[in-house]
Amino acid sequence: MSEKKTDNSMTLEKPPNLRVQSWKNFFSKLKKNKAALAGGILIILFIIVAIVGPFFTPYDPNKQIITEKLNGPSLDHWFGTDHLGRDIFSRVIHGMKLTLYIGFFSVILGATVGVLLGILAGYYGKRTDAIIMRSMDVLLAFPGILLALAIVSVLGASLNNVIIAVAIFSVPVFARIVRGSTMAVKNLEYIDAVKVLGASDARIIFKHVLPNVTSPLIVQASLNIATAILAASGLSFLGLGAQPPTPEWGAMLSDGRNYLFNAPHVAFFPGIAIVVVVLAFNILGDGLRDALDPKMKL
Amino acid sequence: MRKELLKVSNLKQYFPIKGGFLGRTVNHVKAVDDVTFTVYEGETVSIVGESGCGKSTTGRSILRLDEPTDGKVEFDGEDLLSFNKKEMRENRKRMQVIFQDPFASLNPRQTVRQILDEAMEIQDAVPRDQRDEKIIELMDTVGLGKHQADRYPHEFSGGQRQRVGIARALSVNPELIICDEAVSALDVSIQAQVINLLKKLQKDYNLTYLFIAHDLGVVRHISDRVIVMYLGKFVEIADKKSLFTNPQHPYTKALLSAIPKTNPDEVGKERIILKGDVPSPIDPPTGCRFHTRCPFATEKCVNEVPELRQTENMAEGHVSACHYMEEIASGEHQPTR
Repeated sequence: MSEKKTDNSMTLEKPPNLRVQSWKNFFSKLKKNKAALAGGILIILFIIVAIVGPFFTPYDPNKQIITEKLNGPSLDHWFGTDHLGRDIFSRVIHGMKLTLYIGFFSVILGATVGVLLGILAGYYGKRTDAIIMRSMDVLLAFPGILLALAIVSVLGASLNNVIIAVAIFSVPVFARIVRGSTMAVKNLEYIDAVKVLGASDARIIFKHVLPNVTSPLIVQASLNIATAILAASGLSFLGLGAQPPTPEWGAMLSDGRNYLFNAPHVAFFPGIAIVVVVLAFNILGDGLRDALDPKMKL
Repeated sequence: MRKELLKVSNLKQYFPIKGGFLGRTVNHVKAVDDVTFTVYEGETVSIVGESGCGKSTTGRSILRLDEPTDGKVEFDGEDLLSFNKKEMRENRKRMQVIFQDPFASLNPRQTVRQILDEAMEIQDAVPRDQRDEKIIELMDTVGLGKHQADRYPHEFSGGQRQRVGIARALSVNPELIICDEAVSALDVSIQAQVINLLKKLQKDYNLTYLFIAHDLGVVRHISDRVIVMYLGKFVEIADKKSLFTNPQHPYTKALLSAIPKTNPDEVGKERIILKGDVPSPIDPPTGCRFHTRCPFATEKCVNEVPELRQTENMAEGHVSACHYMEEIASGEHQPTR
């Protein structure tokens, strides 16, 4: 790696793009971790399926063919049909988009708010810290799914409200992680050095603290996407999330519950889909944690 | 008459200890307790003392990295502590700092170029279009090649990183540089290189150094004047020569006796071993703070705080805070324990 860099700086007149270099470094480390790579490839695959899949599904996900209800998997219906005669394969493919949408957006929303609160609490400390972190403790005191349930019941049952609810319950996790790393980073000498240079608080926070607290964050985010997907599916399963006939996996699972004994495939396929996606995010998260460990930087 | 660049008067730095119910302040760590000194333009003043005696804290208080509890810090005639945030920011370019740990003092996510560029950007020290040139010039000044500009700190050795730290301090054209244990984390051979670099820079840029260190060998090499600190107070201030040849305070003598002999046959140098540990700065001893460990201590030392003063056989500007300087020098006062 270092050899490569020397070459770069020797041959290029303009400084090479630093961001590109650190990404290269990151990917080369990620590549060595087979599990993480597998998770990453799966997720990329899922994203492609989510985007182009709906154009290629054999059936309309909401088209009901009553004569073919609760059919097992066959060549016509790969994953079989549900109690209303809808093609489960098409519904699972369509549900992919929703699932990823919920996972990503709730985490982006939760992480943004959480990081901001955590960094402010950690950097300013004292009263700011006390107020922010005690509020986070209040949120943490509820079991996640229960809190999300309460929020959705207040806001009303809809997919977007599920995203908000899941985001809110992931805020404290991010706030805590960021607060902890911020408190460690803010006492380092390089922060003092820019302070002595006269940098403003905003510059210190966003240019010097934030980049140095992101590693644990990326790991947490990828793990949290998995949690968010599970929670959203759970809410939909309870009828508080996506409303029928939306092809949401949790809701599909809930539908299949009644036919578990005579048509287990109705619940099995959306269930397996949830497991695979959540697992992919989890192993990616674990792999990222290893890849981003600064001690392995060489 | 030399120009007084930095004048510190009655500086106090107490850190509250929170405890008990609702985190009330139960006590204070008196890290720096009422110190007064002046640094003249172009000289190197060293502060020495054992760890925890408050020397780094003194440096940090002057820079307002920790807000001093009390006292006055005048820089070039202006009272630094009266500045508001914005004024302070503007004046920060005049004094810079070089830190001890070269591994912690550089942001691991910034290249050398970004580090130096940002320093100049914050203070607007150099116009944007000239910064690239200035970066190369700075790196050359501290002995780094321009091909190293786009490297990250982890690609450098400790000595090289310290050079980057020096370049960053220089980038805003400061007048005073506080070197907070700037070489103690480096190998001895590298220490010499960095110290020689600092000396060269001092000549070239007319810099003033406040050099915080615990290594007396280094201090002897670089300083013009030396301040000896013990438990938050100054015990002796002298020019380098006087301090090393004619130390007055028993603590200074003990400290100097700890310098390893370079010649094993050397005579007349007896190792003075101090008993016990440095007392806690939370509840420092009354009177002379050194009385708990001083071989010459008497009742007077326990009750009265000695002031920094000069006696007949001391050179101009040499002061020491001991009640029995004259008596010890003449041999009238013998160790009491």
